[in-house]
Amino acid sequence: MGQAVVTDGLSRSFGGVRAVDRLSLSIAEGEMFGLVGPDGAGKTTTIRLLCGILAPGGGTATVLGHDIARESDAVKREIGYLSQRFTLYGDLTVDENIEFFAEINRVYDYRARREELLEFTRLTPFRKRLAEKLSGGMKQKLALACTLVHEPRLIFLDEPTTGVDPVSRRDFWRILQALLHRGITIVMTTPYLDEAERCTRVGLMNRGALMRVDTPAALKSLMQGEILEFVCDRVRDASAILRTVPAAREVQAFGDRVHVVVDSAAARRRDLVAALEREGVRVAGERRIEPSLENVFISLLGARGAPGGTP
Amino acid sequence: MRPPVTGEAIEVNDLTKKFGKFTAVDGVSFAVHRGEIFGFLGANGAGKSTTIRMLCGLLPPTGGTARVAGFDIRTQPEEVKRSIGYMSQRFSLYDDLTVEQNIRFYGGIYGLDAGAIERRKEWVVTMADLRGRERSLTGTLSGGWKQRLALGCAILHEPRIVFLDEPTGGVDPVSRRNFWELINTLSGEGITVLVTTHFLDEAEYCNHIILINAGKLIASGSPSELKRSHITQPILEVRLGGGAIVEALETVRASSWALETSVFGTSLHVMVADEREGARLITSALAAAGIPTSRIERIVPSLEDVFLYLLDRQEAPPPAGGAA
Repeated sequence: MGQAVVTDGLSRSFGGVRAVDRLSLSIAEGEMFGLVGPDGAGKTTTIRLLCGILAPGGGTATVLGHDIARESDAVKREIGYLSQRFTLYGDLTVDENIEFFAEINRVYDYRARREELLEFTRLTPFRKRLAEKLSGGMKQKLALACTLVHEPRLIFLDEPTTGVDPVSRRDFWRILQALLHRGITIVMTTPYLDEAERCTRVGLMNRGALMRVDTPAALKSLMQGEILEFVCDRVRDASAILRTVPAAREVQAFGDRVHVVVDSAAARRRDLVAALEREGVRVAGERRIEPSLENVFISLLGARGAPGGTP
Repeated sequence: MRPPVTGEAIEVNDLTKKFGKFTAVDGVSFAVHRGEIFGFLGANGAGKSTTIRMLCGLLPPTGGTARVAGFDIRTQPEEVKRSIGYMSQRFSLYDDLTVEQNIRFYGGIYGLDAGAIERRKEWVVTMADLRGRERSLTGTLSGGWKQRLALGCAILHEPRIVFLDEPTGGVDPVSRRNFWELINTLSGEGITVLVTTHFLDEAEYCNHIILINAGKLIASGSPSELKRSHITQPILEVRLGGGAIVEALETVRASSWALETSVFGTSLHVMVADEREGARLITSALAAAGIPTSRIERIVPSLEDVFLYLLDRQEAPPPAGGAA
């Protein structure tokens, strides 16, 4: 399979700030690639560079074989881009919105394509509804349909599921899987690491730089240490107690359990349980759990690092 | 007026709200203990916002009763409003005011005197880790800081109960984790927290969760209880030896024994009737299609799995969204 995106030392600064810092990355055709990172990591700037909307300050990139600096028109024509600020026209119907985006993309014979997109996003029953009367999830599907009207082979989605409820989100992911099945390459950003687990490969960004790129499974193997879960009463007390145990590198309290990162679960579990029971915490269950991408991400960034990323 | 010191923080009995012929909230009952972090979940249009608005004293119920901080929402809505704090991702801080100007502004709205405002300003600055940034324009703060400032402003008047309505939409993982640590600290100080969220990994931070659909309560329990008691069929995670994820998905979906199948990166999640038999069927079906599997193991369902499972079993859930 060919490469949909290839970047080499791609950079862009705003004022003195390097928003994207020497990014080198290849994304193969047919991938669902996720860019994740804290606020201000450079995810959106990267997407805008790759869409040919923003000129690079340094380095090079080709998208579907076109140089993003010299052939930005060709890039824009051949990709689809769903930005965070994608605006539907609220006073136009679903049908009219698709027609409008077809025309600005110079797709004049759009009727068959529109039927297909409505079918695909299951918006056919709502085609006469004004866009402003749609729910958040339906708006997002309509925006995706508009992004696909000119049959791009590669689409960029910038935080497509922010503010969308779980039922609509599942719907949206099913549509993305169907697109992938048709061979369309998807590059997306998300602040949600449980979503990133659905991608074929994930790039972790921080302060403009790409820290790691790999499959979710390989990224999880980077986790330093192991995670023990204790289901217990008095979770807040339990986490305070565990924080005093030197072997506990990191403690995270949930509603009815605590997660503790240690060097070795087998070697430490007994000490930790004893510490809890000494203080009268009742441990109803304990087990070693697999790290999530969030665990890996936090351990790479340092959970106690700059809260909220760049100010 | 001081609220009574005994009883539950929030008590809801058979609460109902009708708009014309449409029943938005249909006989909902629950209780929130003092100091609890309580998750209130449901899809769009399930009746969450309507319930929250009633509990905030902003909307009178059609039937049933609720007491918030000891006050009756029907007869004492003003006392209810004074006893609670409310924060959402849409909570409006003024971007062109500095951090301390925002705090003073909200202090004024809550009717705090100058001394109280200064005292609470110190508290918010410490709590939100904004020391040294008191004179920064709010618009220049990152999402995580803004969110904590918004939380601080929402509880300037020291309410005993705080409603968090989709508090962390679009905020990055590190900030979200810090935010929940803060919420945990507040709850340790006896403040009751009622939270709505679309992100079910966040609901994991709650001590107790209820789920509503079409205005009715359909599940209630701790995160572990919900995961244990609803999905009884095993969910298997299937790691593939090579690529071919799309072919693997189709192969498994085409079978009669896969109850539910979805793609997670380079793995499949498959719900089956029996763990051992299911693993055998998956391995042989994929092998027949020329797709090697590297590992199959049972996973604990996520809250999202439970939530979607419960909603699917309800009759005719509203089409993706619906009226709020």
